[in-house]
Amino acid sequence: MKTLLSTFALLFVASAQAAPQPLQLNGAGATFPFPLYSKWFSEFNKAEPSIQINYQSIGSGGGIRQFLEQTVDFGATDSPMTDEQLAKAKTPVLHIPTVLGAVVITYHLPGIGKGLRLTPDVLADIFLGKISQWNDPRIVAANSALKLPADPILVVHRSDGSGTTGIFTDYLAKVSPEWKTRVGSGPAVSWPAGLGGKGNEGVTGLVKQTPGSIGYVELIYAESNALPYASLKNRSGQFVAPGTRSVSAAAAGSLKKIPADFRVSITDPEGKESYPLGGFTYLLVSQSMDKAKGQALVQFLRWAMKDGQSLAESLVYAPLPKELVKKIEARIGTIVLR
Amino acid sequence: MTLRFRRPEAHAGDLIFSWVLRGAAMGLPALLFSIAFFLFQRAEPAIAKFGWGFFTGSVWDPVQENFGALPAIYGTIVSSFLALLLAAPLSIGTALLLTEVLPRRLASAVGFLVEMLAAVPSVVYGLWGIFVLVPWLRQSLEPALARNLGWIPLFSGPPYGVGMLAAAIILAIMIAPTITSIAREVFRAIPRQQREAALALGATRWETMRLAVLRSGKAGVFGAAILGLGRALGETMAVTMVIGNRPSISASLLEPAQTLSSVLANEYAEAASDLHLAALVEIGLALFAVTFAVNAFARLFLWRRTLGRSAR
Amino acid sequence: MSRRYFGDYVFRSYGWRHLQSRVMIGLLAAACGLVLLPLFSILGYVVWQGLPALEPAFFTQLPGSVGEAGGGMANAIVGTLTLVGLALLLGLPWGIALGIYLSEYGRGRFASVVRFSVDMLSSVPSIIIGLFVYAWVVIPMKRFSAVSGGVALALLMLPTVARSTEELLKLVPGHVREAGLALGLPRWKVILRIVVRGSLGAIATGVALALARVAGETAPLLFTAFGNRYWNQGLDQPIASLPVQIFNYAISPYEEWHRQAWGGSLVLIALVLGLNISMRAALRRKGKTGDS
Repeated sequence: MKTLLSTFALLFVASAQAAPQPLQLNGAGATFPFPLYSKWFSEFNKAEPSIQINYQSIGSGGGIRQFLEQTVDFGATDSPMTDEQLAKAKTPVLHIPTVLGAVVITYHLPGIGKGLRLTPDVLADIFLGKISQWNDPRIVAANSALKLPADPILVVHRSDGSGTTGIFTDYLAKVSPEWKTRVGSGPAVSWPAGLGGKGNEGVTGLVKQTPGSIGYVELIYAESNALPYASLKNRSGQFVAPGTRSVSAAAAGSLKKIPADFRVSITDPEGKESYPLGGFTYLLVSQSMDKAKGQALVQFLRWAMKDGQSLAESLVYAPLPKELVKKIEARIGTIVLR
Repeated sequence: MTLRFRRPEAHAGDLIFSWVLRGAAMGLPALLFSIAFFLFQRAEPAIAKFGWGFFTGSVWDPVQENFGALPAIYGTIVSSFLALLLAAPLSIGTALLLTEVLPRRLASAVGFLVEMLAAVPSVVYGLWGIFVLVPWLRQSLEPALARNLGWIPLFSGPPYGVGMLAAAIILAIMIAPTITSIAREVFRAIPRQQREAALALGATRWETMRLAVLRSGKAGVFGAAILGLGRALGETMAVTMVIGNRPSISASLLEPAQTLSSVLANEYAEAASDLHLAALVEIGLALFAVTFAVNAFARLFLWRRTLGRSAR
Repeated sequence: MSRRYFGDYVFRSYGWRHLQSRVMIGLLAAACGLVLLPLFSILGYVVWQGLPALEPAFFTQLPGSVGEAGGGMANAIVGTLTLVGLALLLGLPWGIALGIYLSEYGRGRFASVVRFSVDMLSSVPSIIIGLFVYAWVVIPMKRFSAVSGGVALALLMLPTVARSTEELLKLVPGHVREAGLALGLPRWKVILRIVVRGSLGAIATGVALALARVAGETAPLLFTAFGNRYWNQGLDQPIASLPVQIFNYAISPYEEWHRQAWGGSLVLIALVLGLNISMRAALRRKGKTGDS
């Protein structure tokens, strides 16, 4: 008994002294940019060893909720907060766009590699459960080159509140009237078909493991797992593959429309080269913060706008347009330190 | 047994001691009460909005803020009962083997292994479920079921691997040790003479088990099964990892589903709207009420009746 | 025996009945094999998949960034030990006091309410304890923390500690207490100095078993201890733990993380089963010498 207690006592002391105490910021939220954030926080920590940023990728819904509950120092989301949610915040909230990402339609069809092409209406009907076989004539129509199997389509979606879902459903609601009335758009919706995975990680894991499945994830999750993804037909009638360029193109079209608080949707954009399923991802920051933590966070945000942007492309996120970065930096300057 | 012995003048130390202990004891009902109170209080907005319709509604739609718990309740009940159906015969058989057939040493070794099964953490079951059980289900068992029994709605649909069946199997594995060890105690408590009487009448070993052991232990075995059910109802992590997390009611066991606890694990940290949050707490309330009722039932009625004391 | 059965046995041949008996016993053995099969499969996989992941770095390094090779679970291992230690600190006094109360004062209506509450608390799903602690500790403190995780685990181990303490103290024969009282010792001294001290070893094993049980809990930690990529910076800050780390890695799509999830499972299982096995062995040894 005593030895047991003293062992624990020892461990306490050991764990307390394990590291000289750098300042730790806690953040939580979106899984969409997590691979990049993970890289950023570790690089930033190398550049600035006195600051550690602990980020838990629990989903955008969680990011917004925990930010509102003030249990974390900053949140992260890919669907901007709604006006209603903003009204609930105790201090004014800043949306800081960090990078652009693409939601890709990934699939797992043994024997068929890349090259699936999907039109918006087919995509909507697959996720509505109305198209349930891979060799459905409507899929085949756009994919005459592929030999699609007569297997059932296993739809995979998110089980948690998610900005990726927000972007995806925002798009489907724009292109499919039926989706708009039956399902709607938001970070969590009532799915007509399929099974749910937790986080981009969970959906990727399920698609990777399940032959015949189709799901939507951020581009890097498909890339880093060697999963194929579909080209989507955009408003100009072109099939466009997701990538940093086609997402930047989508953002470029909407630059003029971006409001002062940066909350904007860039799905289904104009432009021949635009990929229709892209979006900004944001950090949620309080306009006024306590001095030590606020300073550290501002320092990180400034780093993210400079050095961070150049890391983005190695993980297939699109860096922010230059003019936007200037506006954002101005916005970061408005953070008040108490 | 303690002695009922009153000293003429009570020690101050005794008084303090007994009141400290009584305070500690009082804290427990208070704790349970405050958990129940917390659940009621936080679920209030959802209770006020949906009333009893919450338990019959089958839509879980955070966009329209329309919440019904039926799919989760259905998933919880079906996965738990299915698990019980799989685990109860196997566990009771194991308990019989341990008490009636195997020599004492071997029985205690095997019994020990069964108890180890109970000590494996839930998340490890989940990990094993994702990487071993689910692929096996998807590649072997489910296609076979669909081929041969696909005409029964129970086994129709695409073989996802994850889904109700996977959850039920994981749960069965997890509750088997609970049922086994309680059933074992029940059988042990049955007087030896009863078995000897049966043997003396010329019964075979199996007949002895059936007549002398299973019959007298019936109520206790039932209690063991109910306690196993209670454990299955509340199990969270392993189920969340393999059930597929879809709020729908489907006749097929191959389809993904969700349970009360898996909804909480997935959504509780993330619900952004107040009503969504209240609905989740009401799910917690339902889970609390169901496990409370099942366990209270098992303990109060069945266990007392057979062993004359409450369960450990 | 009912008449129906009696008739059955008179008319059936001895040989047939024996065969039936053998077949049934065979079936019982098969049932037992089926119950144990998953145990061997799980242990086999955890060792087979987990062992290669257990490089020295696994025990000394922080987790790497997403999907990159390398890194370890050092913070999660220390985190789990810290959480378990906190649970012990917070839950032990209460649990033991409850056990003493139930064994030494546990008669009458109130005591049976308490006993019932203990049983019921042990059946509350652990995720609900998580919700409760999130609302009553995390939100007021305005942060996820090691302490809140410790509180959740303490509440989960409370019933086990209370019941095992009660059972063990009840094993102490009444005449031991009588002897103490007859010497003129006050009751509290008799209980603490004689009854409890005598079973201290056994109580400690009971406590260790309870700890082994909560060390593997994941659900209540999701909303309380949260997680931490770095070392924990104090008990009022988020902390990593093995089960949560295993969960996050298991559902991720990265091979490297899957590998580490198996490694973490091996460590966790070794910790939990190791505690279990050694404590049970200790109990058994105690039981044998104590029986007389």
